[in-house]
Amino acid sequence: MTYIGKSVKRVEDKRFITGKGQYTDDIVLPGMCHAVIIRSDYAHAKINSIDTSAAEEMDGVVAVFTGKDIEKAGINGVPCGWQVNFKNGDTMKEPPHHLLAIDKVRHMGDGVAVIIAEDLATARDAADQVMVDYEELDAVVNPAEAVKDGAPLVHEDVPHNICFDWELGNPKEEVDAALDSAHHITKLEFVNQRVIPNAVEPRSAIGHYQESKDHYTLYTTSQNPHLTRLLLSAFVLGIPEHRVRVVAPDVGGGFGSKIFHYIEEALMVWCSKQLNRPVKWTATRSESFMTDAHGRDHVTTAEMGFDKEGKTVGLRVKTYANLGAFLSTFGPCVPTWLHGTLLQGLYTTPKINVDVTGVFTHTVAVDAYRGAGRPEATYLLERLMDTAALEMDMDPAELRFKNFIPPFDGVNEPGYETQVALTYDSGNYHGVLERALEMVGYEDFRKEQEEARKNGKYLGIGFSTYIEACGIAPSAVVGALGARAGLYEVGQVRVQPTGTVSVYTGSHSHGQGHETTFAQVVADRLGIDLDDVEIVHGDSEAVAFGMGTYGSRSLAVGGSAIMKSLDKVIEKGAKIAAHKLEASEDDLEFKEGKYTVKGTDKSVAFGDIALTAYVPHDYPEGLEPGMDFSSFYDPVNFTYPFGAHIAIVEIEKETGQVKLKRFIAVDDVGNVVNPMIVDGQIHGGLAQGIGQALLEGAVYDENGQLINGSYMDYTMPRADDFPSFEVDRQVTPCPHNPLGVKGAGEAGTIGSTPAVVNAVMDALSPFGINDVPMPVTSERVWKIMNNHH
Amino acid sequence: MATNIQVTINGKSYSHEVDGRLLLVQYLREVLRLTGTHVGCDTSNCGACTVLVDGQAVKACTMLAAQADGREIITIEGLAENGQLHPLQEGFHEEHGLQCGFCTPGMILTAADLLNRNPDPSETDIREALEGNFCRCTGYHNIVKSVQYAAEKMKKGEKAAATA
Repeated sequence: MTYIGKSVKRVEDKRFITGKGQYTDDIVLPGMCHAVIIRSDYAHAKINSIDTSAAEEMDGVVAVFTGKDIEKAGINGVPCGWQVNFKNGDTMKEPPHHLLAIDKVRHMGDGVAVIIAEDLATARDAADQVMVDYEELDAVVNPAEAVKDGAPLVHEDVPHNICFDWELGNPKEEVDAALDSAHHITKLEFVNQRVIPNAVEPRSAIGHYQESKDHYTLYTTSQNPHLTRLLLSAFVLGIPEHRVRVVAPDVGGGFGSKIFHYIEEALMVWCSKQLNRPVKWTATRSESFMTDAHGRDHVTTAEMGFDKEGKTVGLRVKTYANLGAFLSTFGPCVPTWLHGTLLQGLYTTPKINVDVTGVFTHTVAVDAYRGAGRPEATYLLERLMDTAALEMDMDPAELRFKNFIPPFDGVNEPGYETQVALTYDSGNYHGVLERALEMVGYEDFRKEQEEARKNGKYLGIGFSTYIEACGIAPSAVVGALGARAGLYEVGQVRVQPTGTVSVYTGSHSHGQGHETTFAQVVADRLGIDLDDVEIVHGDSEAVAFGMGTYGSRSLAVGGSAIMKSLDKVIEKGAKIAAHKLEASEDDLEFKEGKYTVKGTDKSVAFGDIALTAYVPHDYPEGLEPGMDFSSFYDPVNFTYPFGAHIAIVEIEKETGQVKLKRFIAVDDVGNVVNPMIVDGQIHGGLAQGIGQALLEGAVYDENGQLINGSYMDYTMPRADDFPSFEVDRQVTPCPHNPLGVKGAGEAGTIGSTPAVVNAVMDALSPFGINDVPMPVTSERVWKIMNNHH
Repeated sequence: MATNIQVTINGKSYSHEVDGRLLLVQYLREVLRLTGTHVGCDTSNCGACTVLVDGQAVKACTMLAAQADGREIITIEGLAENGQLHPLQEGFHEEHGLQCGFCTPGMILTAADLLNRNPDPSETDIREALEGNFCRCTGYHNIVKSVQYAAEKMKKGEKAAATA
């Protein structure tokens, strides 16, 4: 039986389609009480006083704690997991992020007190009785404004609100010289707007301290339970790691926003210890808007130089990256090492310099959101390419072909060394664009477009050819770049006496379908039935360790760890089989679930070997019984999926409405284990990337009020915003991991945004317009088309 | 203010005294522990809490438990009959119409309402019918296919029943 490469239906579906999934908020523990967090309505204010007395007197209120109570208990704030240094070598500014604000609030939604009551309704009523006396202060929300003299300071000891300044690539003088000699320079100044992840399941956390065992359990909506355990125990609460269990049960989508260790997790555990009762907090959607880490938010100037033939000669980028008021777990690495490093794109640009200033503002933290840094890099490059094509009167597809890095497989041809610190593993960039052009029917489209224009209809086509760095990441490399953690993964394979197999993975599935894909890999390798494999994840008590799921890393890194353990199982099985078959191990081959003496019909099935390992009566001398192996896999490089996306839009002049008519995506994510699941990942990614292009964007006013902080106000993509997607793939295997896989979780989001915006620009080209800020709303387009700037 | 309600849920009759401000979704989740109905927002936009009330899709956060008095409600837990999955449940599985599963119950029940009203919906009909339900995982692509699968299957089922 082979499972790899087949669209096996998901084994996890059954519980979800029958309402039996178990998400954090579904959990009820005996004696559990409920927490409501009182949050600041102001973006920046001094807390003069907090009067909790009326709340404390209410029936059913169990406790009220403020930031001062937590400070008195000597609890630390939540730490940042990535250090970026200033250009001069100084460490980034890292102000404390307390569990609750102490003297000042620094963003709308900053927590100031927590109410714990017997039931949620009482906790909410009591929250209304807490009087906080604020003295409102000036706020700043735009990172390019926040660095200016006289801008309000988020943290008194961080001058100009600058967390770090950072650069990467060739020396600036060399890039300046390359651009000075360019035949043509395309320059764009734009905002890659802040978007809100909006997993449909709101964050939730239950702290459960058990005095009898002196043990803490945290149930949480996390993509990353083991890292949360480490940060929570060692860094925040100062409790021994082995006394803490973190469970991330079914999680309703993450998209990056549930990677991080949030204050509410530590707060619920701490409150539970104080009260010796379980305490649950679940975000309202309004709280999610105000407190989940947001994504993107770059203010960028980018210039790309071309020679007469249209070959790129240099790229210069300056970005002000908004980090929010506090550093989230991976906040500093997103606009730097996940953004600057991708600015080579698919092109042979010989000189690149990127300069990023990380800036604090009075907004909620910005951190990884699906794609994380790579969508920003792709947007920048791909908007430059289409704009340059327009300016130089060249075909945008042709311009890309001219500049693509030639194909290389990473085995016979070496990897491609970029100007910005990466070595691409393998690629065939021409192939994906050729296929996408074929699917869209490019020549016919241009004719149709011309005809339509004559009839007052504005069609546009936009391109995006992208690359991403996934399979995050080689520990030593990221360590040198400032990561305060390793980014390997753990995979344990436990074969039971009857030959069934349980696999414990440090990856975490919150929609990705690991329970199916990983089982396909295991069943294939061992030659057993899929039904005989169980994938266990999301519980630090079951799984030895793990680094979680993000950066399209689960199969490339987590799957590879499982493969290593499978190798150990098969190797040990061979020793037992050799003994049973009275043959030499070297003469055996393991295929389709059987050890066979090569060239004979003598064989023994894997199930018999498993049983023998646990009933070792007739057994190789000196060999340990049992069959249970754990492995750590640390990748040697990132993986580099890539692809070509094409969008076709139609714009209505009367309303400015942009209708997405077609979307073609040809992605190369390396080998594919389950095509159905990979396509599903692409579809979802596309919706998020297209959402950013056309619909979504967090709006903070100048006082730091998030004015679209609800589903009434923030435009979530809906079913009727999209056509059916046209997806296809090319396969260029990853040369450096055992499955040859590259990762598919973020591809759709990374590639799609600029394709859509480029299509809008193409449609609007008869109007002489080459820029519209995202999201490209009908209002913005209408104003531009009708000259109401 | 508490009030007495009598309500049929998934074919079973319940009688409870409920607080006047208790939402139907809270009643389902907290009193009956039917946690397949989810809460994704506080503005009745996301549709994760959709259930069928007297056969019509209703967001259970827009209705008080008290208003459910005398009504018949189907939640995701009650959609399969005699251990046989509803064609929509089957469709979502077959066509990979779900990833994290959080929006799925509401999505399925909204689609059930659509197929009750319109057994032969076009792609546009399906997309429009589901626009009150958010899914952040699937890009809706396979959800549309799942509903089409169910519509097809239900039509065949009816034909088979008619010829039997």
